[in-house]
Amino acid sequence: MTEALLHVDAIETFYGPIQAIRGVSLEVAPHQIVTVLGANGAGKTTVLRTVSGILDPEAGKVVFEGKDIAHMAPDQVMRMGICHVPEGREVFPFLTVRENLMMGSYTRRDSDGIAKDLALCFRYFPRLEERQHQRAGLLSGGEQQMLAISRALMGKPKLLLLDEPSLGLSPILVQQIFEIIRRINQEQGVAILLVEQNAHIALKTADYGYVLEVGRIVAEDHCATLLGRDDIKEFYLGQKEAGVRGQRRWKKRRLWN
Amino acid sequence: MEDAARLLQLVVNGAAAGCIYGLIALGFVLIYKATEMVNFAQGDIMMLGGFVAYSAIAHWGVNYWVGGLIAIAATAAFGYALDAIVLRRVIGQPQFAVVMLTLGLGFIFRAAAGITWGYDSVGFDTPFTNKTVKLGGLILGDDNLSIIAGTVLLCGVLYLFFAKTRLGVAMQASSQNQLAAYYMGIPVRNVFSMIWAISAGVAAVAGILLSPVSMIDVNMGFLGIKAFAAAVIGGFGSIPGSVIGGVFVGIVEQLAGYYLPAGFQEVTSNIVLLGMLFIRPQGLFAERMGKRV
Repeated sequence: MTEALLHVDAIETFYGPIQAIRGVSLEVAPHQIVTVLGANGAGKTTVLRTVSGILDPEAGKVVFEGKDIAHMAPDQVMRMGICHVPEGREVFPFLTVRENLMMGSYTRRDSDGIAKDLALCFRYFPRLEERQHQRAGLLSGGEQQMLAISRALMGKPKLLLLDEPSLGLSPILVQQIFEIIRRINQEQGVAILLVEQNAHIALKTADYGYVLEVGRIVAEDHCATLLGRDDIKEFYLGQKEAGVRGQRRWKKRRLWN
Repeated sequence: MEDAARLLQLVVNGAAAGCIYGLIALGFVLIYKATEMVNFAQGDIMMLGGFVAYSAIAHWGVNYWVGGLIAIAATAAFGYALDAIVLRRVIGQPQFAVVMLTLGLGFIFRAAAGITWGYDSVGFDTPFTNKTVKLGGLILGDDNLSIIAGTVLLCGVLYLFFAKTRLGVAMQASSQNQLAAYYMGIPVRNVFSMIWAISAGVAAVAGILLSPVSMIDVNMGFLGIKAFAAAVIGGFGSIPGSVIGGVFVGIVEQLAGYYLPAGFQEVTSNIVLLGMLFIRPQGLFAERMGKRV
């Protein structure tokens, strides 16, 4: 990997007395899509929250463009160029779609650039243009997800953090959203750190993947390789080959360490 | 005819008093919507604003308008500092802690004002004092009209600010979803302090507008209790609701004072509040969509 855009080095994060992250390290190169897979409670969201400054790690470093941002306030992290699309969308329900998008560009002063990016978001998601004067709380789940992604794009990020964009969406909509995520990455050159439970689509979309289990990275590789691995297939893609059925889970787990 | 004119007169006077309640209630609601804190010192902040205006106009001899602006600016700055230095520390504590803290701050403000300005009622000359307008059979005081006009104007300015400016929309955003506002790079803590500043500034306007009608004294902050009723009637969370609730309380109070036996005037706001809680506990203008968590 060449010079990393984001370098997370052995972070440990706690919720009160409970340790959610037990020394996670990962890297995101410029223009790359990196995914973090894992089951419920593995600590995926916590990794993103630690990067974006909502949580501070007790140990370890978060380095973005050569600068340690581990203990910065979340609004400062955003000003560095990291935009976070939180789990569950978190749009501003009483603001209109357009106002939501303008909030995404709150830190910017270049009105020409803002207008250009607004047009760009409407090009990726024409539905948002149709509904731009509606309150965001009245949008469907899929539209709210489109809004949340667009709102983050309005901040002109160098790195986009996506937390479970497939949550609660129909399979067709998931396909469409991931296609656009891919396009945003290719056309705008935005690096993406993607957290997903839907391992199949995440591995198809991303370049490089990490597997997180109870706060630790247990596997990492190029997505194409991960897609071909038996253990990944069984535990995250739900594909079982004949004969593997009877094997106990802990035996498979051992392969990772 | 005579009765109709009298009724109208009472309604106008009541609306003027109600505007004051409404402005204080507006301050309650702004802070509550943003930070989910109830500021029981709101009435006392109005009192401080009134005294600062009194100092500026009666002692330093500046013009009414300039003195008013000085008082509004000083009180707003005070509100900002109050949040930045004191209230910010209790965010996340139980609601009860906030209630005790703001009640305590109210006592401190009253004591500090008593020490600084004395315990006597004071007043200053305004362009509206002791002047009247005759409209048909009606005799309306300029002071009451100035309160109504000032309130309408202030509400208009606030509406434009919240709907049209970047900072105003960011304030709405921060109160709707604090976490997402952080993700947008909005400095949420400073934004909250600015909301405190606005709310203190609004309270100062109320104090200045009220001064030709009733004198400024240390205990004028207790109007805040009636304003609290107004805020609850308006739906506690709705900005137009708080002003309309205030006007409603003010008018009912005036009518009760005239048509009902002595003593009723003081309790009507609470009777209206009780009635409201029985009939429509969510208030007149409750937000129709629930807050998403």
